[in-house]
Amino acid sequence: MDKKTCKTGTRLTASFTAMTFGAVFAFGTTAAAADDVTLTIESWRNDDLAIWQDTIIPAFEAKHPGIKLKFTPSSPAEYNAVLNSKLSAGSAGDIITCRPFDASLALYEAGHLSDVTGLEGMKNFSPVAKSGWSTDDAAIQFCVPMASVIHGFIYNKDAFSELGIEEPQTEAEFFAALDKIKDDGTYIPMAMGTNDQWEAATMGYNNIGPNYWKGEEGRLALLAGKQKLTDEAWVAPFRQLAKWGQYLGDGYEAQTYPDSQNIFTLGRAAIYPAGSWEISGFNTQADFKMGAFFPPVANAGDTCYISDHTDIGIGMNAKTAHPEAATVFLNWVGTTEFASLFANALPGFFPLSSGTVELEDPLAQEFISWRGECESSIRSTYQVLSRGTPNLENDTWNASVAVIKGEESPEDAGKRLQEGLASWYAPQQ
Amino acid sequence: MPKQNRRIRIKWHIIVFLAPAVLVYTAVMVYPLFNTMRLSLFTETDQQRVFVGLQNFRTLFGDDVWSDQFWNALGNNLQFFLIHMLVQNPIGIALAAILSHPKLRFASFYRSAIFIPTILSFVIVGFAWKLILSPIWGIAPGMLDAVGLKSLYAPWLGKEAYALTTLSLVSVWQFVGIPMMLIYAALLSIPDEILEAAEVEGITGQSAFWKIKLPLILPSIGIISILTFVANFNAFDLIYAAQGALAGPDFSTDILGTFMYRSFFGFQLQLGDPHMGSAIASAMFAIILVGVSIYLFGIQSRMRRYQF
Repeated sequence: MDKKTCKTGTRLTASFTAMTFGAVFAFGTTAAAADDVTLTIESWRNDDLAIWQDTIIPAFEAKHPGIKLKFTPSSPAEYNAVLNSKLSAGSAGDIITCRPFDASLALYEAGHLSDVTGLEGMKNFSPVAKSGWSTDDAAIQFCVPMASVIHGFIYNKDAFSELGIEEPQTEAEFFAALDKIKDDGTYIPMAMGTNDQWEAATMGYNNIGPNYWKGEEGRLALLAGKQKLTDEAWVAPFRQLAKWGQYLGDGYEAQTYPDSQNIFTLGRAAIYPAGSWEISGFNTQADFKMGAFFPPVANAGDTCYISDHTDIGIGMNAKTAHPEAATVFLNWVGTTEFASLFANALPGFFPLSSGTVELEDPLAQEFISWRGECESSIRSTYQVLSRGTPNLENDTWNASVAVIKGEESPEDAGKRLQEGLASWYAPQQ
Repeated sequence: MPKQNRRIRIKWHIIVFLAPAVLVYTAVMVYPLFNTMRLSLFTETDQQRVFVGLQNFRTLFGDDVWSDQFWNALGNNLQFFLIHMLVQNPIGIALAAILSHPKLRFASFYRSAIFIPTILSFVIVGFAWKLILSPIWGIAPGMLDAVGLKSLYAPWLGKEAYALTTLSLVSVWQFVGIPMMLIYAALLSIPDEILEAAEVEGITGQSAFWKIKLPLILPSIGIISILTFVANFNAFDLIYAAQGALAGPDFSTDILGTFMYRSFFGFQLQLGDPHMGSAIASAMFAIILVGVSIYLFGIQSRMRRYQF
């Protein structure tokens, strides 16, 4: 099934790429005579500024004379708020980088994002890839899927070989490895802090969780109201998190996200609960060999589940002055050419396009290889469940932190989350 | 009609001199203030701004999700204010008293050194202290270790029990120069004749401070208290620079300013709601107005003033 869709996907990609380029070249020659059109891209990926300016924008502009691109990112934490005010004020850029699920759905419903369902480039994506940026009935897409991120653990290979530790496959091996690193004392076993809160949920709960709730199976059951957050499958990840506290470095309560990144890349910690987006940063910072393992399963031989989260899409501002040029750009984003440019410039952001893309970075290859070994799922709290107040995703941050610090028991955390969700989500009432 | 003529002439005279200040103040303070209060009476449904009366305030005080956050922020804000009143102002007065001592050497050096943090940006102060106190890169654990007190160290900014007190003390460190300077000026303005007269009566040293100087600087202390009150209940920058808009850990450093910011502009997954944000801003305005009124009518009007 997978292979088949993949093959037809490639063929489709090839023919559509050809069509797009034919169209674009014709368009390009006429447009070159007129004034250049500049498209401004809104994004939260300020880390990627150099990659856009040095790689992606020149590649696009070389093929599309007459269209200039300007990448104007803002800080990740403030992006949603900044973008919303810019859109309401009418000062937002032509191209909008889309957060997955409700944040972008709200923008579409408010008339800020254009419908891109009919775009040629959209045909290169599977329904799962498109799910992050579709209306609830999947009839309309409003952003072109760009990349997903995979969760797992990145480790310091030198530290592991020095201490004689193998990549852990099961939970028991995982904690045995942590104990060994802790007893040895040279390295902090795991680099993660609870100061910024989101890591505990994103790199903690949603990283190890899919193994317990069996990925999509559990996630969809929760959406349908057939499972509850007080069920064992949803409390067990908290039980594991409760054991993490003792392996995080001294003063992890005040450790921020950049602190954790620095501790790991300076070689002071052995394991880093990661999202694959860290890869490019770590490659430039760390001067030791790195490896990665997926979240350990309960018993050897169990099916593993990974969080392969649709993370970035890209859409068109409905009020753009240059819809034609924006369409040309979005079609280009749908091509394999863009997918391979982007994936190799930014190892760790994996293309969602059905076309085959060769990755050069070994660490990124390791992450993407899990797609073959394990079942993929997306983060449990993102689709629909964070639509109400209290927001389940925000509550999960808070609960994960409290559990790691030992301030709340796993069962109480599950109970609190379930109560919050049931207060507004009908299928859970 | 000579009467009317004269009235018009007086009006022009006043208008010309008041106009610049009134215009600027109205444009940047009065109009936004009233517009914020107006905004708090609306909400947005289906992209339309709808008038809802006091509904936002009912949500703010009646809905558990909102009211819990509001009371938490208000409680934290009170604690923030109390620490300033109990630590910053007494230290400021003591420093001023010491500085005004005629025999103190290098007085102007100390004065500048203590005052300098006041002119630093909140962002610099927030980040500098965050780094100093950091368990990983900070010098605080090392310094305590050097004097054998490592056991006293805790990741203060990351512990719910200590974070707010820590940040209050950082703010005290930054602003202790303000009460010091104001009291210092008040102390210098006390005429020497009074002090000499007291000396003749046998009141010197400490008792001169308690019996003569302190009563004379009480109006200044009152002004300082009200300035501290207004500044603390409008505070935002330091918490935002050190802990972010989520005012962690677990909202234990959340004060009205950060709560208002999060609600108004949104943060991370929370989308901004200008109308609820305005409701919180209006509540803050009311709290400060009540506090200032109590001071003006209850305390300042009864205070005795001395003319020299």
